[in-house]
Amino acid sequence: MNSLILRTATPFLVGLTVLFSIYVLLRGHNEPGGGFIGGLIGASAFATYIISEGTNAIRRALIVPPIAIAGIGLFLAGLSGVASILFGDAFMTGQWWFPDFKPDLKYLSTVVLFDIGVYMVVVGAIVSIILGLEESGQ
Amino acid sequence: MLTALLAPFVLAIFAPTVRRVSGPMTGWVLALLPAGLTFYFAQFIGVVAEGGAVSFSTPWVPATGINLSFYVDGLSLLFALLISGIGTFIVLYAGAYLKGHADLGRFLMFILMFMGSMLGLVLSDDVITLFVFWELTSVTSFLLIGFNHTSPRSRRAAVQALVVTGGGGLALLAGLLLMAQVGGSMELSTLLTEGDVLRNHPYYLAILILVLAGAFTKSAQVPFSFWLPNAMEAPTPVSAYLHSATMVKAGVYLLARVNPGLGGTDVWQITLVLFGAATFLVGAVLALRNTDLKLMLAQTTVASLGLLVFLIGLGHDIALQAAMTYLFAHSLFKGALFMAAGCIDHGTGTREIGRLSGLGSAMPITAAASALAALSMSGLAPFIGFIAKEFAYKATLGGIWPVAITSVAVIGSALLFTVAFLVGVKPFLGKPGDTPSPPHEGSPSLWLGPVVLAVLGLLAGPFNGVTETYFVGPAVSAVAGAPMVVDLYLWGGLKTPLFLSVVTVALGAVMFWRATALQEFLARILDRLWGPDQGYDQFLDGVVALARGVTARLQTGSLRRYLLVSFLVLAAVLAVPKVFMGSDAQVIVAPKEFYVWCVAVLTIAGGLAIMITRSRLIAILSMGVLGIAVAFVFLMFGAPDLAFTQLMVETLSVVILALVIARLPVQGVDWRGWPRALRDSAIGTVIGVAIAMVLLSITSRPMDLTLSEYFAEKSYTEAYGRNIVNVILVDFRALDTFGEIAVVVIAGVAVLGLLAFGGRRAASTPALDEEKTK
Repeated sequence: MNSLILRTATPFLVGLTVLFSIYVLLRGHNEPGGGFIGGLIGASAFATYIISEGTNAIRRALIVPPIAIAGIGLFLAGLSGVASILFGDAFMTGQWWFPDFKPDLKYLSTVVLFDIGVYMVVVGAIVSIILGLEESGQ
Repeated sequence: MLTALLAPFVLAIFAPTVRRVSGPMTGWVLALLPAGLTFYFAQFIGVVAEGGAVSFSTPWVPATGINLSFYVDGLSLLFALLISGIGTFIVLYAGAYLKGHADLGRFLMFILMFMGSMLGLVLSDDVITLFVFWELTSVTSFLLIGFNHTSPRSRRAAVQALVVTGGGGLALLAGLLLMAQVGGSMELSTLLTEGDVLRNHPYYLAILILVLAGAFTKSAQVPFSFWLPNAMEAPTPVSAYLHSATMVKAGVYLLARVNPGLGGTDVWQITLVLFGAATFLVGAVLALRNTDLKLMLAQTTVASLGLLVFLIGLGHDIALQAAMTYLFAHSLFKGALFMAAGCIDHGTGTREIGRLSGLGSAMPITAAASALAALSMSGLAPFIGFIAKEFAYKATLGGIWPVAITSVAVIGSALLFTVAFLVGVKPFLGKPGDTPSPPHEGSPSLWLGPVVLAVLGLLAGPFNGVTETYFVGPAVSAVAGAPMVVDLYLWGGLKTPLFLSVVTVALGAVMFWRATALQEFLARILDRLWGPDQGYDQFLDGVVALARGVTARLQTGSLRRYLLVSFLVLAAVLAVPKVFMGSDAQVIVAPKEFYVWCVAVLTIAGGLAIMITRSRLIAILSMGVLGIAVAFVFLMFGAPDLAFTQLMVETLSVVILALVIARLPVQGVDWRGWPRALRDSAIGTVIGVAIAMVLLSITSRPMDLTLSEYFAEKSYTEAYGRNIVNVILVDFRALDTFGEIAVVVIAGVAVLGLLAFGGRRAASTPALDEEKTK
């Protein structure tokens, strides 16, 4: 889209929105947020980028195809479930690691890994659909 | 026991490998297993002959009480011996019959799998195990009939057999489960001791109908008999094994097995006798009408199965003895005749009886085996077939409707006599006929089977003491459900059965003398008649036409139409009960805050704008307004996560819809007209109001807070998270979420595929709907 204001603002907007989406993803366990919402925010950031810079730019920026991001996300989510089997629990039982230097840290867990997987799936799937729609008309 | 039953399946996997390694000796190598199994089962003969039974059990699904349990009594042992014994010769025979065939390995694999399934079927004690093996025999039969998969006729026959027998199998499952429920056990051996409970239960008729549906389809009783002749498309070893000696007897086996539990009532007797007698006559007549060796034999098999069914139906001691003796005799002579027919086909290149004559000098061994088997089948002394027929007559004379049933038995037997001579004797007599290739004898693996089976059929007659003690006697006791003294004999004195035998032979001989004329006569009459085979086609065509009609109505390809239908149904489901049954919805408190009313107005304005706007773009934006207003509602009433998600989904929906609309051919104004606008608005309003009322009535009731409280309590202590929604999503219910994100990925891939292949036309938004459902 040929809009000077949009093109100027995009780098800041996208960067900030992606950062915000990751923030929302990580705070999700205790405050409103989480992988799904974070993923939607991230996807909207990339949608802005697509509208402003075009599809080739985002493909270059993402390096891997967006659907691969979704695939990796699904894999990570599955992996986080399998991990509990190694510790002798049932599939998808959450596992936490409380490091010695900060025992009250409640972030190092398979549950967070699972949430990251959800985030990647949502971002990957939506961005690839938007890209597909955008490119099908060209 | 479990090892013995699994062995055929395991060997089946390696059959193609064995074929590559051992080349022309494949048949001999693979036949070692069924031979071994025969000896394995033979060691039970002693125990079983003394009236004992052996059972084995391994837990399978202990939670629901399903066990892999097996039970060896006289009946299952007789079958097991027939299956493994005849199976040995069949494997040998198949190795030679399909020598050099590219898929011989696969063929033997199917045969071995079938053998394992059949053995499992007759030995199962648990009803679920029985059903699983029952359906496995249907599936392997399907594979074997369709072995020549390039021929459309084979494929049709295979599918037909699967539809008929598999469908019957499902009925059987229902019947067995009902039986297990009523009798309170999954084990047949226990169930069948409670015959009175079963017979007096209100479900008895339902159980009977379902079980009979399974048995009649499997054992090719009229009107389901049509699949069996069609199954002759299979290579001859299959016809000899599955479709004469073993699989088609599964239905008979089942009837014999459940006889102590379900048999003896009037319904049982009348149904079995009627269906059996009809099948006997129809099969015998159709056997004479056909001119192809295999088809004639197939129809006689149908007839024999009918005979067995009505003998079991008659149900008295002599009838059961006749049934088991005939079953034993039939497996021997029919297996032999089928294999001999295969030898003839192999040696001459044709199976048309009109072209076959004078083969005796070129194929002496086949001729001898075939003649012996035919004599047993025609019921001449001193073969086992004679004893079976004598007992059958004795049985019909002592059962219900003696005159009618005995006449049926005599006429049918006379027809079978004629066919036996046409198939087993005539091709070898007279002047050499005109055959596609010069007749020649096959290799030992081809004639060994028929010779052994035919000779056994001869020996079993004079040495009937052995037959009755070790084979027939224990089986009869098992069928009767009580110890039974069986005394087989060749000479029963100058009584009615012997007289009837003489009549049968005379009648058969006359028909044999006028066979050609009779066959032409039958062909003229019968070929015009409607048969169940056409009925099957008409039924399938009907199903396809129905599906096509429904699809044409529902799947018009118009997205608007789909949405219209879906929402109309939704509106009806929501609104109709409210109209007829009233609603207990009540508004508890009307909100007083000003901002709540603002949001309400915003929501309604967005909705109204969608209804009346003439521009698509404005409609999309109004959708966005509506959605965001709903997000505010979530926010105001304490669901920040939901509001957050709703907001993002709305934003992305507008982005994606805007992308889609840019691709649509219509620009700017695209007004659908007032009638449609009003119609759509009306549907939308009905749904909205109805959902609001449902929600109001739900919230006006006391809520079950158990789960909410559980999650609120455990969220931080067990999952270290204060955001309950998220903890549920990623921890308590992570498996659900995992499934959902898998769907999201699949939807993404699907959309990419549609866009790649369908181009513009496919640029709809299934993924968007997916998002909305979250």
